Amino acid sequence: MPLLIRNGCVYDPLNGIDGEVMDIIVDGGKIVEEAHGGETKVIDASGMLVMPGGIDIHAHIAGSEVNAGRLLRPEDHAVDFEAKTRVTRSGVGRSIPSTFTTGYRYARMGYTMLCNPSMPPLEARHTHEELDDTPIVDKATYPLLGDWWFTLEYLSRDEIEECAAHVAWMISATKGYAIKIVNPGGIEAWGYGRNVKDLDDPVPNFNVTPREIIRGLCRINILLDLPHTIHVHTNRLGQPGNYATTIETMDCVRDLAEKDEPIIHITHCQFSAFKGDDWTTLRSGAEEISKYVNRSRHVTLDMGQVVFTDTTTMTADGPWQYTLYELSGNKWINHDVETETGSGIVPFRYRRKSYVHAVMWSIGLELALLIDDPWRIYLTTDHPNGAPFTTYPRIISWLMSAEAREKTLKRINSKAACRSLLPSIDREYTFSEIAIITRAGQAGALGLKWKGHLGVGADADIAIYNIDPKRIDPSKDYMEVRRAFMNAAYTIKSGEIVAVNGRIVKSSMGRTIWVDAEKSPRIDAELHRRAHEDLKRKFREYWTVEFENYMIQEDYLHSSMRMTPGGDKRSNTQ
Amino acid sequence: MNLKVWEGNRRKNLGDLFDIKVESEGVKDEIELHIIGDLRKVRMIGAEMTGGAIIIHGDVGMHLGEGMTGGSIIVQGDVDSWAGCMMKGGKIEIHGSVGDYLAAPYRGSRRGMTGGSIIVHGDVGNEAGCYMRGGTIKIHGDAGEFAGIHMQGGEILIMGNSHGRPGASMVKGKIAICGHVSSVLPTFTIEDLREKVKICGERIEGQFYLFEGDHAEGGSGRLYISRDRNPQLRSYERYL
Repeated sequence: MPLLIRNGCVYDPLNGIDGEVMDIIVDGGKIVEEAHGGETKVIDASGMLVMPGGIDIHAHIAGSEVNAGRLLRPEDHAVDFEAKTRVTRSGVGRSIPSTFTTGYRYARMGYTMLCNPSMPPLEARHTHEELDDTPIVDKATYPLLGDWWFTLEYLSRDEIEECAAHVAWMISATKGYAIKIVNPGGIEAWGYGRNVKDLDDPVPNFNVTPREIIRGLCRINILLDLPHTIHVHTNRLGQPGNYATTIETMDCVRDLAEKDEPIIHITHCQFSAFKGDDWTTLRSGAEEISKYVNRSRHVTLDMGQVVFTDTTTMTADGPWQYTLYELSGNKWINHDVETETGSGIVPFRYRRKSYVHAVMWSIGLELALLIDDPWRIYLTTDHPNGAPFTTYPRIISWLMSAEAREKTLKRINSKAACRSLLPSIDREYTFSEIAIITRAGQAGALGLKWKGHLGVGADADIAIYNIDPKRIDPSKDYMEVRRAFMNAAYTIKSGEIVAVNGRIVKSSMGRTIWVDAEKSPRIDAELHRRAHEDLKRKFREYWTVEFENYMIQEDYLHSSMRMTPGGDKRSNTQ
Repeated sequence: MNLKVWEGNRRKNLGDLFDIKVESEGVKDEIELHIIGDLRKVRMIGAEMTGGAIIIHGDVGMHLGEGMTGGSIIVQGDVDSWAGCMMKGGKIEIHGSVGDYLAAPYRGSRRGMTGGSIIVHGDVGNEAGCYMRGGTIKIHGDAGEFAGIHMQGGEILIMGNSHGRPGASMVKGKIAICGHVSSVLPTFTIEDLREKVKICGERIEGQFYLFEGDHAEGGSGRLYISRDRNPQLRSYERYL
């Protein structure tokens, strides 16, 4: 049924609409000029805020790692559970909700697209099974390719095209979306109980350095013309003094930028912006990083904000998780994935009164506030590493109100509060900027041209929040803002109303968006054939799985949406 | 009367399941609640209670007094598992026996009992006082295996026997066993022979071995074991 959203106060930054009262018409799952036929359902959005549906560029929501986290934390389920309703299924979990609950909770906040950022290629089948069980939202997932033996092998010989053919095969075979790099070289070194010290520390048994891995994969990403950039979790993440490594990481690909477009995404940057020599002298490196970002065009970031709460940390970065285990003394899981990657999981509680945790809280907000261009920093918590995604409304209220930040600053560790840069920052995000860092910017970074905006032809993914931007002053009424973003008045996914005032009214199935990288015009038939032969041989030698069983068929996905690299991505609109 | 409770997966009024008789109106926190009947399948009685008293005439199901912060519960019968789990304050007295996980936290959690007191006149099952951080537990009967496992504080007094492995993985806190224990974990070391023990506000005369551990966890918990009842532990004396 066509929908008419009447008199909403619309924020659509990609189309330059900044708080204009206007109507939006939806038909056939798309935004249209006018509806064709049928009875139109009218939503009166007067006095409400209308934005495109939210997009999360980095949230661990599915796969073996997340599921192992669920197994590790029964106590996380006991404190938070939802009974089934006529529409929804029951579910549990606060920091690592079960799949269905994850979909519902995102939809309640007005989010309609999620990216699962770390998928060990071997566990792709499991990941897609869980993504298929995550309702309402559209999904994409990034395979971990930075420590894959073939990447290391080919990059050590600087055979970019050969490596690109392998990487393309892997993205297509695992139905992935982008190249994820986690602690390049460090995970491989962790197999021997070691880590890499910096960008030029060679990886054991492979004559290659992290710098070469990042540069190589960045060149491959450009060569294949993938919609997203490389998605990098930096070396030395979580170690004091790592901000320098982060800047070096961004700088090491600077010369590869041909156009005025980003070519590298530094994810959960807060964890990579530590200054100081050890935990007691820890300071914020947000100023240096934002200075660098403000004068470069080739980088995008996401926050990785910490919120003081009990959560579960999980990443492919084994050595960092070992450090966390040592710091917390908590139970933990450590895992090695054959030729591909590793991982670790540790429950963690961020405490207001802890100096280190309070500094981390401050760094995330400083980054978001000191980077001038909101199009290049996105709101994430690295769910569930910094905090569960359900804390986004709180983070929005901190970004929109210096008073809200002030209030929290008073309650945190006093030494950390003294050293925080936040009191010196007056900047307050506008609703338009919030729309950028939670939707429009992320759609741009992901190369999803039919998402993140409300122009004609875009997917009808719309969030309507019960807050009147004309009446309210977010810097004072930040609690109001927080309340509004917690439960969208209406969430519309593909033209259907799925949530009303925080209640799920329809549990639809979203699509899984993936890139058929092997179809890249830059990989010719000969290269293609050679890569396949090489892979088949090596599967016999190295893997526990057969080549033929490894690949995920397209019809295995509940609802597949294939993108081909290169060309006008808008033509992929279904 | 119209208080909502769950029966299986259905919501019911409390009045549908119980006959309710009010004898006098009282001030909140001074209310005395008598519950009579077969309560073996009734769970969570007194969960999160803050004051007043509950007196139960009969046996009770799981999660009695879960997370309670004040007031008192008296049970004239047996209690199932998870009694007083994650208790923060108040008092529970049980005249019968108790199942497993007395005062323990939920699975996976490390936040056990932090305060209050529990007295059990009968026996208790396994893993009593798991992850206990504060408060006292006094057991007049026997304790099952792993009494005081992962203990981080607080005191447990076992007047009867222990079925083994007391204090496994404990890092702090105090356990005293007046009865028989077949052996002490090898990760405990003997420190002293004492003439008396002060525990749970009591002073217990008689010779006690003092062990410290669990060294596997780098712990400094104290485990007192009666000398008279445990002649098999005499060999430890040569290390004193």
